[in-house]
Amino acid sequence: MAVVDPPARSAGTRPSIPWHRQPAARSLFYHGLVALAALIMLYPILWLVGSSFKPPDEIWTNQTAILPIEPYPQNYPNGWAGFGGISFATFYRNSLFYATLGTLLSVSASAAVAYGFARVRFRGRRLWFAIMLLTLMLPTQVQIIPQYIVFKQLGWLNTFYPLLLPRIGGSAFFIFMIIQFIRSIPVDLDEAAMIDGANKIGIFLRVILPQLTPAIITAAIFSFYWTWDEFLVPLIYLNSPELYLVSLALRTFSDPSGQTDWGAIFAMSALSLLPVFVIFIAFQRYLVEGISTTGLKG
Amino acid sequence: MASATLTKAKRSQRSNFGQDNLVGYLFIGPWLAAFFLFTLIPITVSLALSFTDYNILSNSGDFIGLDNFQRMFFEDRRYARSVNATLNYVVFAVPLKLVFALGVAMLLNTGRRGVSVYRAAFYAPSIVGGSIAVAVMWREIFGNDGLVNFTLGLLGIEGPNWLGRPETAIWTLIILAAWQFGSPMLIFLAGLKNIPRHLYESAEIDGANALQRFLRITLPMLTPIIFFNLIMQLISGFMVFTQAFIVTQGRPLDTTLFYALYVYRRAFELNEMGYASAMAWVMLMVIALLTALVFRSSSYWVHYESDEGPA
Repeated sequence: MAVVDPPARSAGTRPSIPWHRQPAARSLFYHGLVALAALIMLYPILWLVGSSFKPPDEIWTNQTAILPIEPYPQNYPNGWAGFGGISFATFYRNSLFYATLGTLLSVSASAAVAYGFARVRFRGRRLWFAIMLLTLMLPTQVQIIPQYIVFKQLGWLNTFYPLLLPRIGGSAFFIFMIIQFIRSIPVDLDEAAMIDGANKIGIFLRVILPQLTPAIITAAIFSFYWTWDEFLVPLIYLNSPELYLVSLALRTFSDPSGQTDWGAIFAMSALSLLPVFVIFIAFQRYLVEGISTTGLKG
Repeated sequence: MASATLTKAKRSQRSNFGQDNLVGYLFIGPWLAAFFLFTLIPITVSLALSFTDYNILSNSGDFIGLDNFQRMFFEDRRYARSVNATLNYVVFAVPLKLVFALGVAMLLNTGRRGVSVYRAAFYAPSIVGGSIAVAVMWREIFGNDGLVNFTLGLLGIEGPNWLGRPETAIWTLIILAAWQFGSPMLIFLAGLKNIPRHLYESAEIDGANALQRFLRITLPMLTPIIFFNLIMQLISGFMVFTQAFIVTQGRPLDTTLFYALYVYRRAFELNEMGYASAMAWVMLMVIALLTALVFRSSSYWVHYESDEGPA
């Protein structure tokens, strides 16, 4: 009697495959494993966001939990008040100004320079291109000391000029990325436009630029991230708190010798990640493509 | 006759397509100007400074020959410790990052549903990892009463003072780096997708098991991408600054005084810009040398498709 039981149950599936190799079981195992790993990866970030809503006593007693027992949003206004009479509104205004203008400068310059390298033949092109690639591996430290000396002589400490001016030439990384992209646009389009009487500048503006949108979006996202997180250069040039970027302000705000309101520190830290995450979620596809293609074609 | 000249003119126009020095330099002009002003001239000045004892506060400096280099290599004990710290970091952080990146990429290289969600989750730490916010959080997590020790305490284990002990402090930074394997992971994923499926199918018919398929097909086919990732991660590993500046401040006993951090201290906290320039130049030479070495070695282990040749 009992012998009939198992085959009857597995009649719908293929009986020759043991249970642990059945597609459904394998899929369950896969998703269980990967989801757990992904959760471990995300845990510190979730923990930071959760901790930013914990009341002062819970931060130390209820540490491992992500969710607070009693949500305490007061951390945010507490943190937002900032330090030295300057609130985070100022730091966010500075960071948004710098990240927006900086991104605009480096991406637009990079697009024009990339077009020059990709579509115009001129003497010395190969040499300059090779030099541009080499600058990718230059440590900032060899450039920053003389730059600082000169900018100091010019009286530009505590201004945004030393941060913005070097961006007028674009960024080697973005130039390279956009060149790769332009190379995938058929030359026929350029030639057709040229026969119609367009010159190089016209071709760039009317033929190439409209097709560059995905590459430009990718470059703009990366540029915004990197500018938003930039630390060493602002640390050197921006010394007065009214000019601090969010990154510099967080460093001062979280100074272990001064601040002890960890709830407020967590709140401002979590808040500073918000713009980055919003952009990440909105433009994930561009990011993945950008990294994959530039990485591979290099 | 007329038509012949016309075609000739047209042909020469075609072959000249795009040949225009003026327009070319007009387009790359911004980069060229920035390159001279903010890269080439500063690097040259930096080299000159490295033979002086220039101090920014007194705005004076004399030519002192090779004294800076003598001091660096033979007298400055902190310099030796800083080199040591940087090497310790790179030797562990870079391979760990690459192994994680490849492992997770292989795990995600399936046609299953939900993979794009996982990919985003694994990549997320990398987009925020360079921020001050994460560094501040890391300092708290590994602090004496931080999350790690609190969790260990729940298990009845008394955790060490992670940031205060020379053996453990650097590991908090290595783990922080390894956590951010997102970019190399995406690059590996794209590479895995390019490996022709038929290679695996025929290997399976020949009876190769999963490990053999990995060692004989996946790894060799991925070597160009491993090579690229290795170079990129080595360079950024040698330049690590922000994390050590915030999380450990170079402490304890200079075990996390990474090279870039030490250059910063000498230049901008102690105002010794001549000495700092010499240090920066040595860094440049070491990175150039290492990159050249990896490039050189690539002919022994990087496998390129025969029809393409080295890219």
